[in-house]
Amino acid sequence: MKSGKKRKRLASLFFINGTLILLILIWTIPTVGIFVSSFRARDNIATSGWWSVLPHREWKATRTINPVEAGLDANGVMEIEGITGTFEEFRAGVQSPNGSRITWIGNKRIGKIEIQEQVWSIDWNFTLDNYQQVLGGQDFKFTKPDGSIQVVPGDNMSSAFLNSLSVAVPSTVIPILIAAFGAYAFAWMKFPGRRAMFILVIALLVVPLQIALVPILRDYKALQLNGTFLAIWLAHTGFGLALATYLLYNYISGLPRDILESAFIDGASHFTVFTQLVLPLSVPALASFAIFQFLWVWNDYLVALIFLGGNPEFELVTQRMAAIVGSRGSEWHLLTAGAFVSMALPLLVFFSMQRYFVRGLLAGSVKG
Amino acid sequence: MAILSWYLAIPTLRTFWISLFGRDGPPNGFTLLQQVASDSFVGLSNYTAVFTDSLMLEAFRNNLMWIIFGSTFSIIFGLIIAVLADRSNFEKLAKSLIFLPMAISFVGASVIWNFIYEYRPAGQDQIGLLNSIVVSLGGTPQAWPQWVAVAPWNNLFLIVMVVWLQTGFTMVLFSAALKGIPEELMEASRIDGANEFQIFFRIMIPYIRGTIISVWTTVIIFTLKIFDVVWVMTGGQFGTHVIATQFYRQSFTNQNSGYGSAIAIVLLIAVIPVMFYNLKQFREQEAF
Repeated sequence: MKSGKKRKRLASLFFINGTLILLILIWTIPTVGIFVSSFRARDNIATSGWWSVLPHREWKATRTINPVEAGLDANGVMEIEGITGTFEEFRAGVQSPNGSRITWIGNKRIGKIEIQEQVWSIDWNFTLDNYQQVLGGQDFKFTKPDGSIQVVPGDNMSSAFLNSLSVAVPSTVIPILIAAFGAYAFAWMKFPGRRAMFILVIALLVVPLQIALVPILRDYKALQLNGTFLAIWLAHTGFGLALATYLLYNYISGLPRDILESAFIDGASHFTVFTQLVLPLSVPALASFAIFQFLWVWNDYLVALIFLGGNPEFELVTQRMAAIVGSRGSEWHLLTAGAFVSMALPLLVFFSMQRYFVRGLLAGSVKG
Repeated sequence: MAILSWYLAIPTLRTFWISLFGRDGPPNGFTLLQQVASDSFVGLSNYTAVFTDSLMLEAFRNNLMWIIFGSTFSIIFGLIIAVLADRSNFEKLAKSLIFLPMAISFVGASVIWNFIYEYRPAGQDQIGLLNSIVVSLGGTPQAWPQWVAVAPWNNLFLIVMVVWLQTGFTMVLFSAALKGIPEELMEASRIDGANEFQIFFRIMIPYIRGTIISVWTTVIIFTLKIFDVVWVMTGGQFGTHVIATQFYRQSFTNQNSGYGSAIAIVLLIAVIPVMFYNLKQFREQEAF
């Protein structure tokens, strides 16, 4: 009886872990595929799946026969190594009874015949060239089978990377500072219209930002701000402020009342209390919103497309990537490496500050 | 506050105003009455157009699909993974890996999934994972998201991507909620002979119902605004337009700001119930 129960427990543990591993595999394989591919040479990516870095069985030539020397007529039925077939059949590959395969490579006139055997192989030709090409604009040259040389231009992701950085950092810092002060005011100061304004903040939490794009773009055009960094900093500040104020309000209003009150009794002004007490105490909340906003701004495409769209100098990584997808969607050596360049920073931020990120999610989004 | 008003509150009214006009919006330098009297005032006809244009109707249908399938699958997978991870031996690692796509941009995700969907004509070596599997099972390779023959179901290939991105989010919230269920409750029902499935459906789900509803609304609002994925993957072609891509196309590609604004207002109307729900919650929560 007891051992039966134990076996049941073991079986359910096996089931739980097994299902979970399966789900994790499904979730991570897409990213792994891109990551592995970004280190493979251009030709390898284009001719075989990235999973050929795993051990697999592959047809490898053991001998080649020159059809002209063997006196074979490609237009009729031929006999090769005791097997008969037409050119089309041999082109597709014919298996012989002893396990090998006979394949005609190339066209009828100047082709060759390979006797192939299945062998275990691993395709481990890794290279950093893709990253050089996508970051440094280095060209990729290769010789086509007919001898001509084709040049695939590289891409300049490194300037896009810097642009993204100079958009993302101020767009994170500015709303946090404003929101922290706003949240403090809501939590600890009495002023007319306080309640109405906070209701406005909550109402605006879910307003889709699409609603604002057309009017703001008109203002920017009138002010000649369009296509500048200032424009996009302000836009991200405006769009992020509602959530920031709400999140930070929840945290700041929960700070212990007596600490702040004793500071006020000691004659501290609102400004001193805010800078000396509230800001240091709210670091965890500030950090979690900062990660949120940083990831959001870094990964944003729509806002950048509209407010920076006309200016190729200021292209961000998301725009650059979208442009490569659009115009050179089959240059996988650029796409895979570029995708990883664009993900590197967010993933780094994410893994180093995951705890704050999760805390921020729990604090804010359950309600939104 | 001024910034918040300039960027979100006032634009709402202005967008509504613009939506009543023709393609260039209200003329500059007039008073409101003169604007209404001008030729470019078209009243509600932009809205009539929004609800009759065949591309817009297609976008509404697709958005509905996004909401139904996108949110449901994100919720289901999030819940399953949260429950499984809670009892597995490697909870932290599992959660991090599932959560990881959250840090990836939609554009990055588009590259990743484009690579999975990569299409080579039949007979060549497939380098896309999906087509490779399909071919090895004896099927014909397809360019999946562009596969018009199965429209509107080709939208599912885009929806999968967002489920992949969002499940981390739902999982984290569910996982936190599950940890709040008192252990005694579970123990008691186990002693009473409930099996794991009964515990899941009769105890866990009712217990975290509040969380499920709020996560669901968050995800729905999010999928309602979906733009980047569709824009980068298909540009709205092949019957995959959604409301937000139509908005972009009308406002910025076609430069028809009146029509575009009407679409934005429709989008806003769709989230208003959630807005009121939030406000109601807020009123109940505290005496501010």
